[in-house]
Amino acid sequence: MSFPVILFFICAAMAVLGAILLIVAREPIHSALSLILVMVSLAILYLLLGAEFIAAVQIIVYAGAIMVLFVFVIMLLNAGVEERTSWSKMAKYAGMPLAIFLLLEIAHWVWRASVGAKVANGAGAAQAAFSTHDLAMALFQQYLFPFEATSILILIAILGALVLAKRSE
Amino acid sequence: MDFISNHAVLVVSLIKIAVLLFVVMTALAYLTWFERKVVARIQSRWGPYYVGAHGLLQPLADGLKFLFKEDLTPPSSDRFVYILAPFLALSLALTTLALIPFGPPSIQVLGQPVFVIANSNIGLLFLFAITSIGVYGVALAGWSSNSKYPLLGGLRSSAQMISYEVSLTLSVVGVLLLAGSFSFNGIIERQAGNIGHWNVWPQIVGFLCYITAAIAETNRVPFDLPEAETELVAGFHTEYSSFKFAMFFMAEYANMITVSCLATILFFGGWLSPLPDSWTWQLYLPGAGLIALGLYCAYDTVKEMRGIARLQLSVVTLMALVAGAICLMPPVMHVIQGPFWFVAKVGLFIFFYVWIRGTLPRFRYDQLMSFGWKLLLPVSLANLVVTALVILLVKR
Amino acid sequence: MVPISYYLVLSGVLFGLGVIAFIFKRNIITIFMAIELMLNAVNLAFVAFARARNQLDGLVFVFFVIVVAAAEAAVGLAIVIIISQNRRSLNVEDVNLLKF
Repeated sequence: MSFPVILFFICAAMAVLGAILLIVAREPIHSALSLILVMVSLAILYLLLGAEFIAAVQIIVYAGAIMVLFVFVIMLLNAGVEERTSWSKMAKYAGMPLAIFLLLEIAHWVWRASVGAKVANGAGAAQAAFSTHDLAMALFQQYLFPFEATSILILIAILGALVLAKRSE
Repeated sequence: MDFISNHAVLVVSLIKIAVLLFVVMTALAYLTWFERKVVARIQSRWGPYYVGAHGLLQPLADGLKFLFKEDLTPPSSDRFVYILAPFLALSLALTTLALIPFGPPSIQVLGQPVFVIANSNIGLLFLFAITSIGVYGVALAGWSSNSKYPLLGGLRSSAQMISYEVSLTLSVVGVLLLAGSFSFNGIIERQAGNIGHWNVWPQIVGFLCYITAAIAETNRVPFDLPEAETELVAGFHTEYSSFKFAMFFMAEYANMITVSCLATILFFGGWLSPLPDSWTWQLYLPGAGLIALGLYCAYDTVKEMRGIARLQLSVVTLMALVAGAICLMPPVMHVIQGPFWFVAKVGLFIFFYVWIRGTLPRFRYDQLMSFGWKLLLPVSLANLVVTALVILLVKR
Repeated sequence: MVPISYYLVLSGVLFGLGVIAFIFKRNIITIFMAIELMLNAVNLAFVAFARARNQLDGLVFVFFVIVVAAAEAAVGLAIVIIISQNRRSLNVEDVNLLKF
């Protein structure tokens, strides 16, 4: 039980706990906080996997900007306690067990898949972390076209959000 | 002993964390004293004067007051989030200090650098990551208080923080282009030499953008409308009392210290000395400065009339003289150079912050937001583009 | 070191929990957050594979997924605000004007 394995299990437990709290929470603000917990634990997992730049981007963009947007909208719309409509019998007695079965099945087949087994010990050797320099090279040389297309996408999203916000007045 | 050398990282880190926390908490407390004194002198009055000699025990009195105040919780607030918000604010503000190097990494104990707790390759990026989560402390405090003024103040304050965060990060990218690395040590080493090699000269526009965005990011005057007393009562921390309010207070000052440390590292050479290395007399500066301070305090002690103040000042004199003598001993003399210059520069920045607080009026909220998006962001972007162009042309 | 399959199982579990949240919750904003949870699970799988094959392309994909999620969240929340103003409620069952 070396330190990376212990850290993995702690972060994995935090992530799953956050996801379960997201489902169980009665108020949307608590769901938002649990999702932030999931994102931060995933960022630690990215650090364990050696992707330092992606871990920082995850916290800056996802946990620090997207979730702030969610929290703002919850605060502005004053989303209070979620009303609990009673579930249909189908959902309660067939839906939930099937959902859990889906979960276990995905986990089982991912575990047993040949990809997983083949690379299970691939991370055994100490490998260097991915450097930001190489990532930037890949992004601006090989993937330049998707990069530019994504920047146009963001521009469209900004314009769309502005138009929608203006129209609601 | 075997345990210590086997787990050197853990033991040395714990000691460093304990020392840093102690130093930073004391600095926070005396920063409030410093601010009140400086703002008072700007406004032609004395400031704290009675509690201890020159008001030096005022932070202690304030701390005790905070501890003994009644701790109210608004009845219909969200308990968990209400208690979480100040803890989040303070812990994030203090965590950023783990990344900052106070001295050269070459000075080591048991193989671990003494002057930095977390020596990371992407220190700058992580510092921005932790700062960007700091918005939650403010937003959640406003929401969980379940009251009009905190909600509005929290919304305005967090909107201001995320707006200026963009300009803050962009104004620093020029420095990154020059240094070629995210790590603080890389950025500082690129500024080696004397004062002429510091990043502030090629990046003067970036520096001005950074300072403006940093003042807005930490919610200080002239950008502190969301928490000004004459506007929204006290903004997002209206409903907080006693220790939780003290935590917000400390978080704001800790953010101020972090931002000043970052400005020093990025633009002013960090722990490097401004004088050329050949001037060896600069090694005596820390010791000489402390002894001068001790002599001034001694003179002040003799002039003081009141008995207890005389006792306190003589203690301060003794401490200053002993510290100065220690700094003049040869082994300590070389080690203390880095932290001395770093603390001196950070002190100058904090004085600048407090000076601005005493001098400028505050922005209205719409003026603040339009300034951030319509002026500061394009200027930071233009700085980035021009820096990149110049580097490209120079490399050819 | 941690075998890659551990990361993939965690990614699958998080994705499954996201699907459960998406199906069983009633508040529009919470459903949106479930979508973000699913995207995060996929990101974890991408980074795990990038480490397994020692190639950067997985990280580039994660970069794009995060950016697209940001754009989608912005526009989606703007739409949610308009819906909540029109229907006066955040319950997804109240958006039923076209229901047969």
